[in-house]
Amino acid sequence: MKKLLSVSLLGLAVAAASSAQARDYDNVRIGVDVPYEPMEYRTADGELTGFDIDLGNALCERIGVTCEWIEQEWDGIIPGLMSRNYDAIMSSMTINDERREQVLFSDPYITMPSAWFAPSSLDISEANEETLDGMTIGVQRGTLQDNYVTDNYSSVASVSRYSTADDMVLDMQAERLDIVFLDYPIGQTTLLDSEHGEYVLIGETITEPKEYFGDGFGIAFRQRDEALAERFNEALAELQEDGTYDEIYTRYFGEDQE
Amino acid sequence: MLDISAWFNDLLAGNLIFTPTTLGYYWEGLVTTSQLVFLSLVAGLILAVPLAIMRSSKHKWISLPVYFYTYVFRGTPLLIQLYIIYYGVVFIDGIQQTFLWPILREAFYPALIAFTLNTAAYTTEIFRGAIKATAQGEIEAARAYGMSPRLMMRRIILPSAFRRALPAYGNEVIFMLHASAIASVVTLMDLTGAARFVYARFYAPFEAFLFVAAIYLCLTFAILYFFRYLEKKLLAHLRPQTS
Repeated sequence: MKKLLSVSLLGLAVAAASSAQARDYDNVRIGVDVPYEPMEYRTADGELTGFDIDLGNALCERIGVTCEWIEQEWDGIIPGLMSRNYDAIMSSMTINDERREQVLFSDPYITMPSAWFAPSSLDISEANEETLDGMTIGVQRGTLQDNYVTDNYSSVASVSRYSTADDMVLDMQAERLDIVFLDYPIGQTTLLDSEHGEYVLIGETITEPKEYFGDGFGIAFRQRDEALAERFNEALAELQEDGTYDEIYTRYFGEDQE
Repeated sequence: MLDISAWFNDLLAGNLIFTPTTLGYYWEGLVTTSQLVFLSLVAGLILAVPLAIMRSSKHKWISLPVYFYTYVFRGTPLLIQLYIIYYGVVFIDGIQQTFLWPILREAFYPALIAFTLNTAAYTTEIFRGAIKATAQGEIEAARAYGMSPRLMMRRIILPSAFRRALPAYGNEVIFMLHASAIASVVTLMDLTGAARFVYARFYAPFEAFLFVAAIYLCLTFAILYFFRYLEKKLLAHLRPQTS
C-alpha cells in the first residue's frame, strides 16, 4: 500500500513537473558569464550591469516575467542551459551553426565584430600567418575566437586559453601575451581605453567567415522552448521600434557607432 | 605503419569528437601533465630530505622555520598558491625586467614552482614522521657503536625512515597527479586542459571528461604498481617468513 502510494505520488510529481514545463514561464533564469565589459560586468558597488543585462531586463519587463541572472563561466555555459541551471543564455553569444545544433537562438539583438589587440610596441599592421609566427595569442576558452585562432593559427603560434576575459587582459598587461583576439567592444573597453599600458587595434575588425563569426549575438534557449523564444523575439521587435533599444545601446556604445 | 594509421582512421570514423586533432591535444596534455608531475616530485623529494632532517632537529631555531613553511603550504589550497605565483608576481614592479621573467613568463614554470613547494611540504612531514618513528633501540645500538650523529643519520635513521615512509609517499605521488589537474587555470594544456578544450568546443562534457578520467586511472594504476613493486623489494624483511 505504502509502495503504491509512493509510486502514485511520484507519478503525480512527474505529471506536475511536466505540466510546469509546458506552462509559460513567470520567472526566467538567464545564464551570464561575468565580467565581459561593457556587455556584462559589475559596478564598483557590485551591482550587475551592462548592455545584455539592461536589454534582458527590459525584455523581461515587456514580456511580463521576472528575470533572474545566474553567473556561469563561459566554457560551461551551454551545458548549464541543458542541465536546466537556467532557462536562457544572454551573454554575448554569437549565433553560429555549430551552436544552433545545441540550442535555439532568438533573433540577433546586436552584431559585433572580433578584433586583434596588441601592445603598441608590437610592430605589425595586420594579423596573418607570417606576422603571428612564433607569437603567443590569448583567447577565451570555448569562444568563437578560440575556434578561429585554433583552426587558423595554432600551427604557427601558441594559443593560451583563459577561463575569463579578465584573466587574459591581466596576462596581456603582464606581458605574457603578444596579442589577443577578442570581441571588438570588449577589447575597446578593457584594452584601448585602459589606463594600464598602451594598446592598439591591429588591422580591421573581423566579421568573416560567417562559419566562425556567425550572425550577431542571440539569446539562447533550449530547443523545445520555442514559445519562450518567440515571446522574446516579439518583445525585442517592440523595444527596437519604440526607441528603448536605442536608448540602451547609446548608454553603452555612444551615438557614433552604427 | 600505414596499416596502423588506416586502422586508426577507421576506428575514429563517424565520431566528431575524438578526431586525430583532439587526440593530439590529449597526447600533448599527457606529456605536459607527466613532465609537470614528475619534475615537481623529483624536485620536491630533493628538497624534502634535508628539510625533514631540519624539521626533526632538537634546536627550535632550525625546526621552527621549516615547520612554518610546511604549515603555510599545507594550510592553503594549492590552487591559491598557484594563483599567487602565476598572477601575483606580475604585480611586483619591474619584474618584467629581471632575469626571473623569462622563467615566470611561461605558465609551466610558475606551475612547477607551486607544485614543487607544495609537494615538498607534504613530503617533509611524511619523512619527519618516519624519522621520528625510528626504533629507539636502533639509535641506542648506533650510539653504542660510537657512530657520529651524521653517520647515524646516513646509515641507520634515513634508510629505515625511507622504507617506513614509502606507502605514505606513494599516496602523495597519486595526490600530486590529481592535484596537477588545476594547471589548466593558468592556461597550461595539461590533460584536464585538453579535456576542458574538447568540452568547450564540442559541448560534450561526458565524452571529454570520461576519456580524460580513464587516462588518469591508467596513470594512477602505473604509479600504484610501481610503488607496490618498490615495497615488495624494500620491505621484504618485514614480510612473514614462509619456510
